[in-house]
Amino acid sequence: MIAFIVRRLLGAVGLLLVVSAVTFAIFFLVPKAAGVSSDDLAARFAGKSPTPAALAEIKERFGLDDPVPVQYGRFVKALVAGDTYDTGTQEIDCPAPCLGYSFRTSQSVLDQVVDRVPVTLSIALGAAVLWLLAGVSIGVLSALRRGTIFDRAAMGIALAGVSLPIFFTGLLSLAFIVYKWELLPAVNYVPLTENPAKWFSGLILPWVTLAFLYAALYARLTRAGMLETLNEDYIRTARAKGLSERTVITKHALRATLTPILTIFGLDLGLLLGGAILTERTFSLKGLGQLALDGVNQSDLPVVIGVTLTAALFIVVANLLVDILYGVVDPRVRHS
Amino acid sequence: MTAPIEVSGPDVKAEPDAVLTGVERKAIQGRSLGQIAWLRLRRDKVALAGGAIVLLLIFITLPGVTETLVRWFGHPPNEYHQNLVDPTIGTPTGKFGGVSTDFLFGVEPINGRDLFSRVLHGARVSMLVGLLATLVSVVIGTVLGVIAGFFGGWVDTLIARTMDVFLAFPLLLFSIALVGVIPNEWGPLDGNNLRMAVLVFIIGFFNWPYIGRIIRGQTLSLREREFVDAARSLGARNSYIIFREILPNLVAPILVYATLLIPTNILFEAALSFLGVGINPPKPSWGGMLTSATSLYSVAPHFVIVPGLAIFVTVLAFNLFGDGLRDALDPRAR
Repeated sequence: MIAFIVRRLLGAVGLLLVVSAVTFAIFFLVPKAAGVSSDDLAARFAGKSPTPAALAEIKERFGLDDPVPVQYGRFVKALVAGDTYDTGTQEIDCPAPCLGYSFRTSQSVLDQVVDRVPVTLSIALGAAVLWLLAGVSIGVLSALRRGTIFDRAAMGIALAGVSLPIFFTGLLSLAFIVYKWELLPAVNYVPLTENPAKWFSGLILPWVTLAFLYAALYARLTRAGMLETLNEDYIRTARAKGLSERTVITKHALRATLTPILTIFGLDLGLLLGGAILTERTFSLKGLGQLALDGVNQSDLPVVIGVTLTAALFIVVANLLVDILYGVVDPRVRHS
Repeated sequence: MTAPIEVSGPDVKAEPDAVLTGVERKAIQGRSLGQIAWLRLRRDKVALAGGAIVLLLIFITLPGVTETLVRWFGHPPNEYHQNLVDPTIGTPTGKFGGVSTDFLFGVEPINGRDLFSRVLHGARVSMLVGLLATLVSVVIGTVLGVIAGFFGGWVDTLIARTMDVFLAFPLLLFSIALVGVIPNEWGPLDGNNLRMAVLVFIIGFFNWPYIGRIIRGQTLSLREREFVDAARSLGARNSYIIFREILPNLVAPILVYATLLIPTNILFEAALSFLGVGINPPKPSWGGMLTSATSLYSVAPHFVIVPGLAIFVTVLAFNLFGDGLRDALDPRAR
C-alpha cells in the first residue's frame, strides 16, 4: 500500500512538471514561433503604454532574454526552494512554494490562489454530492425498470441534459427562477464560516444547474454499466444460490457498476476543483476559474501558471484518492 | 434490442406467394455490416429524426445557402435596427423580444440586430469548427491508436501514457491560455479566420485521446484475430495487415465515436466563445451571443433562449443520431 502511494506520488510530481512545462511553453514558445520578440512579450505583460524602465524591469525580472528552459528551471527552483526578487528599491522574499507575483497587481499568486480556493471548493463539492446521489440512483432505477415509462422519461431527460451547456441552463434559471419568479435568492458567495445559511442559499442555483449536467451523464453511465453487470454470470450465480434480490443488486451488481463510475468521478471532480470556469463565469462567482480567465485576458503569466498548477494538483490528488478508494469498493483490487 | 434477420422486406405483403419469393430471394443474399446497420437504423425513428436535423443543419450552413436564407427571411447580421429597441433600457419594444414576420427570431437588445440572421451565421461557425475539429481528433486518434495497439511494446506504453496525461489535464484552462496568446496574424490567415483555424486545431488536438483509447483497444483485440494470423501466414506485410485487414474493421467504431464527438466539440467551441477567447465579435457565434446575454438576461430572456436553443437542438440532434448509429452498428450496446 505504501509503495503504491509513493509510486503514485512520484507520478503526480512528474505530471505537475509536465503541466507547468507545457504552460510555460504555451506562453513563451508559441509567441516566439509567431515572431514576437522578447521586447514585445515584455510589453504584452506590462500593460498599456509602459515606460521603457518598466519594460526593462520585466525583462530583467523574468529573464525574458534567457532561453526558455533556463527560465523554466528558475521557476521550478522558486517553487521548490523559494526565491528572492530584487525590485530595485527593496528585496522581496518569496518562500517556497513560490508561485511568483502577478504582473498586474504585484500580489503574491499563492495568496490569490488560496483566496479563491474556498469558492471553487464550495461550488464543486456541493454539486458533486448532488449529482452523484441523483445520477447513480436514477441510473440504477432506470436499469432495474428497463423499458418502463420511468426509464424512458429519465433517459430522455438525461439525453437532453448532456446536450445542454451550463451557460445556457444557468442564464435561463437566473432569468426566470431568480429574476422573474423570485423563487431563489440571487447567486452570491458568502464564506461558510461567516454565515452557513447564506452560504447555502447563495449557492443552491449553481449547485443544481451544475449537478443537472453531470447527473444526466452519470445516470446514462450507471444505467449502461448496471445493465451490463446484471448480465454477468456471477449475478445469475448469486440469484441461483438463493440470495435476496436486494442483496444481489446492492452487494453484487452495484459494487461492480460503481468502480468505473468512481474513476470518472475522480477525474470530473478534480477537473472541477481546478476551476469551474463556465459555472463561475455564468454566475459571476470569483473562483479559481475566474482568476485564470482574468489572468489570460490580461496576459498575467504567473497567475495563469499558478492556477494551472493548482488545477493539476487537484486532479492528481482526486485521482490518487479514487485509486485508494478502489480497494474499498472493489475487493478484487486490493493494493498489497 | 437485437434485430431479427428479416426474411422479407417490410414492404412485402403477407401473401403466401410473396413470402415464398421473399425467402427464396433473401436466403442467398449476404448482407454487409452497412446493410444490416441501415436496416436497424431505419426502424429507429428518433435517430432518423436526429439525422434529418443534422442534414438540414449542414445544408443551411453551406456557402451561399446561409446568405440566400438571410436575404430572403432576414437582414444582414451586423445591421443595426435601433428603432426596434427601447432607447432608454435597450430592450426590444415588440412582443417576445421583437418577434415578427420581418424578424423571425426577434431582435438583439441595445443594437437591434436580427437574431435570425445571427443565429444562422453562428450555425456556420459551430458546424465548421465542430466538424473540422472532429476530423483532427479522428485522424490523430486513429493513427496513434492503431500504432499503439498494433505494435505494442514501448511504443504502446508511450502513447497510452500520453493519453493518460491528456485526460488528466485541465483542458479548458489550457485551451483558454493557448487561444489567449495567439497573435492577430499568422501566415495567410488573420482575424477570425485564424481564430477558427486555431480553435479547430486546439479542440481537435485536445480531444484525440477519447478516440485514441477506443481505437487502441479495438486494434489490440483485432490483432489477435484469426484473419490477421491467416494474412500473416500468407506473407502479408505489416502495412497490408493494417490497411487491408484492421482499418476496415475499425470503420464502424470510428464512425460512431466521431458522430458522438462532434456535439462535444460544438459545445467546446461554444464554451470558448462564451468565455471570450473564441470567435471575436462582431462575427456572430452562439457562445459569443450568450456572453452578451450574461448582462441582459434579466431584461431580455429571449436573448438567452434563442442562441441557447440553437446549441441545444444541434447538440441533441447529433447525440440522438450518434446513439442510434451505435445501437445499429453494435447490438450489444443495448
